[in-house]
Amino acid sequence: MLAAGEEGIVDSPGMGEFKVHRVRFFNYVPSGIRCVAYNDQSNRLAVSRTDGTVEIYNLSANYFQEKFFSGHESRATEALCWAKGQRLFSAGLNGEIIEYDLQALNIKYAMDAFGGPIWSMAASPSGSQLLVGCEDGSVKLFQVTPEKIQFERNFDRQKSRILSLSWHPSGTHVAAGSIDYISVFDVKSENWLMDSFGDETDFNLLGSAIHKMLVDRQYMGVSKRKCIIWGVAFLSDGTVISVDSAGKVQFWDSATGTLVKNHLIANADVQSIAVSDQEDSFVVGTAEGTVFHFQLVSVTSNSSEKQWVRTKPFQHHTHDVRAVAHSPTALISGGTDTHLVIRPLMEKVEVKNYDAALRKITFPHRRLVSCAKKRQLLLFQFAHHLELWRLGSTVATGKNGDTLPLSKDADHLLHLKAKVSKMPAFLRSALQILFSEDSTKLFVASNQGSLHVIRLLEGSFKHLHTFQPQSGTVESMCLLAVSPDGNWLAASGTSAGVHVYSVKHLKLHCTVPAYNFPVTALAIAPNTNNLVIAHSDQQVFEYSIPDKQYTEWSRTIQKQGFHHLWLQRDTPITHISFHPKRPMHILLHDAYMFCIIDKSLPLPNDKTLLYNPLPPTNESDVIRRRTAHAFKISKIYKPWNLTSGRISTISLQPLLFMELLDERTLVAVERPLDDIIAQLPPPIKKKKFGT
Amino acid sequence: MVEEEKNLRVVRCGGSELNFRRAVFSADSKYIFCVSGDFIKVYSTATEECVHILQGHRQLVTGIQLNPNNHLQLYSCSFDGTIKLWDYIDGILIKTFIVGRKLHALFTLACAEDSVFVIINKEKPDIFQLVSLKLPRSSSQEIEAKELSFVLDYINQSPKCIAFGNEGQYVAAVRDFYLSVYFFKKKTTSRFTLSSSRNKKHAKNNFTCVACHPKEDCIATGHKDGKIRLWRNFDDEKKYTYTCLHWHHDLVMDLAFSVTGSSLLSGGRESVLVEWREATEKNKEFLPRLGAAIVHISVSPAGDLFCTSHSDNKIIIIHRNLEASAVIQGLVKDSNIFTGLMIDPRTKALVLNGKPGHLQFYSLQSDKQLYNLDIIQQEYINDYGLIQIELTKAAFGCYGSWLATVEQRQEKETELELQMKLWMYNKKTQGFVLNTKINMPHEDHITDLCFCNAEKSENPTLVTASRDGHFKVWILTDDSDIYRKAVGWTCDFVGSYHKYQATNCCFSEDGSLLAVSFEEIVTIWDSETWELKCTFCQRAGKIRHLCFGRLTCSKYLLGATENGILCCWNLLSCALEWSAKLSVRVMEPDPNSENVAAVSQSPVGSDLFVFKPSEPRPLYIQKNISREEVQWGVFVPRDVPESFTSEAYQWLNRSQFYFLTKSQSLLTFSTTSPEEKLTPTSKQLLAEESLPTTPFYFILGKHRQQQQDEKLNKALENELVQLPLTENIPAISELLQTPAHVLPSASFLCSMFVNSLLLSTKTESAEEVPDDADMEEEKESDDSDEENNFTEEVQDTNTTDLGEDIIHQLSKSEEKELRKLRKVDYSWIAAL
Repeated sequence: MLAAGEEGIVDSPGMGEFKVHRVRFFNYVPSGIRCVAYNDQSNRLAVSRTDGTVEIYNLSANYFQEKFFSGHESRATEALCWAKGQRLFSAGLNGEIIEYDLQALNIKYAMDAFGGPIWSMAASPSGSQLLVGCEDGSVKLFQVTPEKIQFERNFDRQKSRILSLSWHPSGTHVAAGSIDYISVFDVKSENWLMDSFGDETDFNLLGSAIHKMLVDRQYMGVSKRKCIIWGVAFLSDGTVISVDSAGKVQFWDSATGTLVKNHLIANADVQSIAVSDQEDSFVVGTAEGTVFHFQLVSVTSNSSEKQWVRTKPFQHHTHDVRAVAHSPTALISGGTDTHLVIRPLMEKVEVKNYDAALRKITFPHRRLVSCAKKRQLLLFQFAHHLELWRLGSTVATGKNGDTLPLSKDADHLLHLKAKVSKMPAFLRSALQILFSEDSTKLFVASNQGSLHVIRLLEGSFKHLHTFQPQSGTVESMCLLAVSPDGNWLAASGTSAGVHVYSVKHLKLHCTVPAYNFPVTALAIAPNTNNLVIAHSDQQVFEYSIPDKQYTEWSRTIQKQGFHHLWLQRDTPITHISFHPKRPMHILLHDAYMFCIIDKSLPLPNDKTLLYNPLPPTNESDVIRRRTAHAFKISKIYKPWNLTSGRISTISLQPLLFMELLDERTLVAVERPLDDIIAQLPPPIKKKKFGT
Repeated sequence: MVEEEKNLRVVRCGGSELNFRRAVFSADSKYIFCVSGDFIKVYSTATEECVHILQGHRQLVTGIQLNPNNHLQLYSCSFDGTIKLWDYIDGILIKTFIVGRKLHALFTLACAEDSVFVIINKEKPDIFQLVSLKLPRSSSQEIEAKELSFVLDYINQSPKCIAFGNEGQYVAAVRDFYLSVYFFKKKTTSRFTLSSSRNKKHAKNNFTCVACHPKEDCIATGHKDGKIRLWRNFDDEKKYTYTCLHWHHDLVMDLAFSVTGSSLLSGGRESVLVEWREATEKNKEFLPRLGAAIVHISVSPAGDLFCTSHSDNKIIIIHRNLEASAVIQGLVKDSNIFTGLMIDPRTKALVLNGKPGHLQFYSLQSDKQLYNLDIIQQEYINDYGLIQIELTKAAFGCYGSWLATVEQRQEKETELELQMKLWMYNKKTQGFVLNTKINMPHEDHITDLCFCNAEKSENPTLVTASRDGHFKVWILTDDSDIYRKAVGWTCDFVGSYHKYQATNCCFSEDGSLLAVSFEEIVTIWDSETWELKCTFCQRAGKIRHLCFGRLTCSKYLLGATENGILCCWNLLSCALEWSAKLSVRVMEPDPNSENVAAVSQSPVGSDLFVFKPSEPRPLYIQKNISREEVQWGVFVPRDVPESFTSEAYQWLNRSQFYFLTKSQSLLTFSTTSPEEKLTPTSKQLLAEESLPTTPFYFILGKHRQQQQDEKLNKALENELVQLPLTENIPAISELLQTPAHVLPSASFLCSMFVNSLLLSTKTESAEEVPDDADMEEEKESDDSDEENNFTEEVQDTNTTDLGEDIIHQLSKSEEKELRKLRKVDYSWIAAL
């Protein structure tokens, strides 16, 4: 095994052997998840991380991370919500409310709420109003207008910061969690008299009761300094559920302001709560990494009386669960340990497909590594900087599976942080850039949906052409692929199909028929100019650009269908490449496997072993041929061998990137999970029995 | 008084498991019932005393439940295939339902009025069924009940794995890895399976016990890994959900909900009772240090008491606020018996290994543990695989004033820890006090120890024999110093014989001789000079048992060898008197007679031989006393000597022989026939028969009846006022037989009572006819002394043709009274 940050070269001789560079110096650490927001209209999930990154996952499309807004150090998000259908807002400690443009994939606008850092935000049930809770104790109501948001009024100012907000489903009342108490406001009330508030039993003139529910600071008999209300949820029957730093989940009656029930569930903070739409179950996340599910169950089968019961605990996290969401079929949680966990509710899942399996999303569903094959350089993309590395090399040779000593260590060449500002305006924001194979052209996908073609000259560049988006769409292209001969450029957005442009003629050549699932990887094969497209539902298509139709192989595989195990994989294919000498091979990988599709071999059906191990070499060729099929897969976590013995007995860690440098050398960028965990803050220490 | 033809039988004599099934509380929490072998014991929860022993079953009682329709009655079921209904306050058997199948457990439900639930096994040995059994209503005492209807199949035989929930709407059963719930209304079964041992994480998911919430639809199940799961929504096989409570580190042995369901009690091998309040994981209370693993938990219907049954045959009654209030301790059968059976000369209690590291004093008469003597005096750590200090030998000396104990611990072959302790009886504290502690009294295991119990010996002497080839003589010496007067034990003499291992030692009755066996050789030593007198060697294998004869046979020495030879040597002639081929397992001399009891082991069972050393012909042989191996035996002197005239039974006159089998059941011999022993406790109206001759007695039946008969024979005489035949007057018997607490107020009964005593001048025939039915019924109630409402029910079924509604308890008899009054002719009053 290789230590982190090292590079090793593994030799595997034999038939068509590869020398594999195993790169572990990509020191990528995803940021912790701060907020999640589920939108049931579009079945999408917005996730914001502590570095301000916002990601949109399409839960219908096999949990694919389809959109991505990069963050900024100054923009730590504290709250995220959907409003007015599918508009996404976030608010953070810089005091700004930000709306994201989900089409153009950029920030629409940022508006200061003038209340100091914003801790919480909630959209009204109708989506037309937005409420933010600020550091200074103010709750501000904003009206969501078609273009912007507009400040409407302030609620009563509280003594301390408003950490959580929740609307009553009818939109008439709001519960706000602060430090040591929860306040309930009447939204419709015109009179927000400052002096009407303060006494628990006081009523204001219009009869709209404002309750202040004091939360016990007691924690297992020991008084803690403060009891922070991390989350509140207002149910339609008037119950307010609060979660706090003393480890309690409490049920309050908002009409009387009294505590109804108390569940002590953790020794540490309970940090998040999310209620299902039917209000029959909710989920809370604790700082111990446990997620608890509460369900409303009837007391007896023949009575209508129901009670909230804590049912199952889930321990999928090691660190604080900062955010939870409740989709109709799943519990979603994310926290400091950077994993996004989607835990389906078995009783709600009708069919046993991949929706019924637990998902743990750790790595982004896009490529963070690019590779200069000839110069043997690797470029790593971090959240706020880039790193350029040169691969090491070896002169030693060895047997299959040997780890070869490095004669020259890998070099860290560059650390790019500053942004070059001498750029034309149209190049300011690019979603994806791509160089042509001969490095003479640069293709830039801008956030306006247009594609720019730039000719690179010595020390300068020249704008050649802009492919304008189809009329009516402003959807940004976020995946680009160029053919090795430089004639074709394929570009794909998040939903519409793949467009193929002719670089020679600078016009749209054709559009691949649209498919329901987003594209996760694109590549154009050399010589044949076949476009290989991988979708988030694990389908792979091959489209012949010159013929403007799917190839025969692609039709065959669509007719026969993929192996069920292939379809059950839960990470998307992030990179496709080709073997320079074997035109029938397509190389692709996701985070947990590397596959070589040999189009010349028969396709596997459901009866054959998909992950078939290497048959012993003493087996006759007949058996080998019989068991061989087109998909030669190396599973990362298990030392599977490729049938043809291409990669043997090396177990790889989660794979971020894999590429053929030349026909005999492979570079694999791995990121062991242990290395990520080692860089996280230590989790809350829990006494384990027997230790 | 003793009939010759009576057979000697082996009987179980107490010491049965009290923890075999959950104990049951009476409705008012005054009594607690527990099964105990073939009996049911009724204890008072306040005083811990056994109030009644309900005897009647012929085999192990397997379940007891209060009658849900009458909380003063108790149902019990047994392996003998009967269900019996008891009046526990008077200790009377009311009814027997004969089912005819082995019943493994019993459940009653308030809503299922005339049926109970029992566990039976099908033809195959390991398949058990829960069936509902209809108890037919009949007035006779023995009723056949054969109407079984199937409820659940393939269940666990333990009643802990069955629970009825929410007023009997469903029944939950667990076995292996699944929970089945049968809904009585819907008649459907839902089954919930946990992932089994396929992976390591779930390897101990097995269900161990189940309990149902009394008010809500919630089932609690205990598991082998110590988890408790609370299942809800189980009426929907898809939407069911459960939550886990985890504190126990080892399997959950029993669960019980409190009466209101607000808390859940659980217990296991940790010997800690855990109360989960509101069924939440963080809100729990503990009652720790209960001494032994909790096997069962039960809750009183009144809700004020809990009780836990423990693996050391103990029941602890615990107050609602988790304070232990009473302990009912039976014979501890938890550990291996190394010490054998002994009799404490002072208390006549049976002494043997008890709790780990303790010696228990168990009263055979009251079937109760008297006290525990902590010998090892170290914290016992209950952990599997830990090598514990074992109490291996104990002996009483000098009429109970000294006790010697030996404890050992051997972790490896070469590391033996050995300790001998000598305890003096302290009259002031009425207990044993440690006097001398001797570390490593021998180099190797102590094989035997004995006191010199001769009357004349002024100095207490103890001999220990060890595998290290020595026997040591320990004597009590003065150990006083300037601070205090004290005595202590020191070694006086070390003897050996050709480096053979010393295996047994024994003093003669007068204490003049000491016999020590060294493997195959028996050596006789003079106890005055510790001089080797002579040796016996029979070359018949190592000596296993050695004892001197007593009284007239004191010149004989008996030795039993491993090769199955029993030898008797004459000490005067120093020659073998006789020998017999007998594989002796237990050889015990009777302290009160010459008799020696020997138990031999044969492949089919154990046989008992009683003989006198003077003659090789046994006095008495009882074949096959037990199918198991008999491990220990002891003669217990009788308090009151019996006087069996039969020669064969004379050996039982002064002492009783008790023996302990391998499965630790304590057995003895009894001459009383099973019928007599199991007298049907229908001694109802015993009061009536044994009344002193008071005016009240004259009102009552028997006497008057006899008089009347005479009078009728003599024909009518005129000087006596004709008193009515009071026995047949229902109001009187009603008044006298109904328990006081169910009687209406005295003012209500008064007029009726007085009326019934008034004479009516109706004709004989007119009196006879309407009373006929009543008389029959009264006789029935005489027979059973049942609860009144129960009789009422029976009558109800019998006289349904009358079509009369019963409004309250006494309404029926009132009706009868009224009817009678209407017929009574008071014309004679006018004549006065």
